[in-house]
Amino acid sequence: MKCVIAGGNVKVLGRAVHSLSRIGDELYLEPTEKGLSLRAVNSSRSAFASFLFAPLFFQLYEPGGPAPDTEHFRCKVHMKSFLGVFRSLPSLEKSVGKCLILLKHRASRLVLQLHCKYGVTKTHNLAFQECERLQAVFDTQSCSSRLCAPARVLADAVVHFPPTLAEVTLGTGPGGKISLRNYVEDEAELSKTMVTELWLAEDEFQSVTVSPGSRITFCLKEFRGLLTFAEASNLLLTIHFDEPGRPVVFTLDDTVLEVHLVLATLSDLESSSLPPPTNGVSHLPTPADDFADDLESYMVALESSACEGASGGPPSPTFPLRTPRTAQSDPEEQEEEEDEDGAVPGTPPHKKFRSLFFGSVLTPGGPGLAPTQEVLAEDSDGEC
Amino acid sequence: MRFRAKIVDLACLNNFSRVINTISKLTKTCTLRLTVCKLYFILSDKVANGGASMWCELCQGNFFDEFQMEGVAAEHNEIYLELVPENLSRALKTAHSAKAVKIKLTNKHCPCLRVAVELPSLSSSSRIVTHDIPVGVIPRRIWNDFREPTMPDFDVSIYLPVLKIMKSVVERMKNLSNFIVIEANLSGEMNLKIETDLVSVTTHFKDLGNPPWASEEGCQSSAQGRNLESMAEACIDIKKLQQLLAGQQVNPTKALCNIVSKRIVHFILLHEDVSLQYFIPALA
Repeated sequence: MKCVIAGGNVKVLGRAVHSLSRIGDELYLEPTEKGLSLRAVNSSRSAFASFLFAPLFFQLYEPGGPAPDTEHFRCKVHMKSFLGVFRSLPSLEKSVGKCLILLKHRASRLVLQLHCKYGVTKTHNLAFQECERLQAVFDTQSCSSRLCAPARVLADAVVHFPPTLAEVTLGTGPGGKISLRNYVEDEAELSKTMVTELWLAEDEFQSVTVSPGSRITFCLKEFRGLLTFAEASNLLLTIHFDEPGRPVVFTLDDTVLEVHLVLATLSDLESSSLPPPTNGVSHLPTPADDFADDLESYMVALESSACEGASGGPPSPTFPLRTPRTAQSDPEEQEEEEDEDGAVPGTPPHKKFRSLFFGSVLTPGGPGLAPTQEVLAEDSDGEC
Repeated sequence: MRFRAKIVDLACLNNFSRVINTISKLTKTCTLRLTVCKLYFILSDKVANGGASMWCELCQGNFFDEFQMEGVAAEHNEIYLELVPENLSRALKTAHSAKAVKIKLTNKHCPCLRVAVELPSLSSSSRIVTHDIPVGVIPRRIWNDFREPTMPDFDVSIYLPVLKIMKSVVERMKNLSNFIVIEANLSGEMNLKIETDLVSVTTHFKDLGNPPWASEEGCQSSAQGRNLESMAEACIDIKKLQQLLAGQQVNPTKALCNIVSKRIVHFILLHEDVSLQYFIPALA
């Protein structure tokens, strides 16, 4: 693979890497005919981001096409090493004219070469590891709600929340208003934590298609990383979401760039234990009846199938198999998750979040996989 | 018990924010006392604070365009609340360009100070951000814990050096030692001293001037007839001093300290609309 990025696009690439660095510790690269894809995932697999740079983004783009019937080359590098090359965005803008990315198979090195002013060339040789495809499974078409706004509107909104805030709840309210509220985990915290809430009017968005009363809670840290990129690039941000528990997808679209950020959201079952917010802000009318049903069947499943969850596989980075949300399988699956969640060590406070679903290691349509079952695509070195 | 206030003027808002920022740097929690005319931020000297105490007084009229308060009872028309000033500071942090800020005491699921910031926005209606800050209501029976501390019978009273300089000196000293000795005399001289096994550092200030406290009967008896050159000193926790100095965002109109030798140092910082007193006890 060989590609050259020139001029202002070097800074765009730099910003993209900064944004990805907020997500995970490893940067996955996948050159395809459609363009160069940079991806990252966080350790608890609850956040995934991908930046796809189209061939037009580059001054020169040679993905080094695979021989027919073989897969594209894929590798991952340490995020810190890659980020180090693009660490100072102002100096990138000022002194870098061109950036060359070259894959040296034989030397097992990914070469990043910055051509700077005054004839200075900085060459970075990064070690890479070949890996499997990293792909979160999501479908923006199937999301029932969609919001589209200039990134600045959301950046202005998010600034009111403290930088250390973990989770935020996005909701739809009466009159087409959209609310953002910091998420407080349990009732005991509520009387000790400051709660910040703000409402965005419908006319601040470019388009709003939401099912009323919907509400999702996701992690703010990764979202902020994307917002910074979007704001600097002056792009429109689209938020696709569905029911709580299903991932929220943030997309940025441009002629030469396609960005996706997929975040897991808190599932309703956990949040239903909170008291309905009564501090006078008319929050969303929660569909109480559905909750009761879910809880009931969940409790039944818990009592009757206590053993099933335990056999659900080793506790580490593997994820529970996900079956579609039928009334029966749901509670069991959630119960499995509770076990898994409890067993996964060192996951950040978002361990209550459903893990995202990742594409199969096998090529699409591979044998033995029911179309609705998804299996984590693990790195080639995760073979422990 | 009701409280409702509104700030519309940006300068007042910034001023109020600065006061809150200063308070939040001094202590994690404090007591807010509301009366018809004034607001007080109080920290009483408990062991938990390392014995330091604070009394900060503001005239509500200098900050608020609207201020309505109804205390717990007619004869006790005051409200005492326990709060985390950092929360209030954060709520006001992003209100620089606000059209108005309203503060209201509410009690939906727990007592809160609701700060509603009205900001301009691109849409037809303003952007309103609300912050619900949980507060504790302090019952009347322990209001006595929060009385204004009396001026100690000091040995020396002296104006402080320029705070910026004092702050940078103390900050560097903080890296070397946990305790600092403040000594001063009635000839306008002050020394800041630290001493460790390896090093001792002293910074000397002179020509600071001594405030002319009007001599009343029986008052300041320890200061009267005192040798002008003789130093009164107190060894205090350097971190407390550093927090006090670091929290000052604007130069006070008057800054002075009263030293009771080996007992306590009493700092008084006066601004146009705000007075702040901070007591740091001397360590053994």
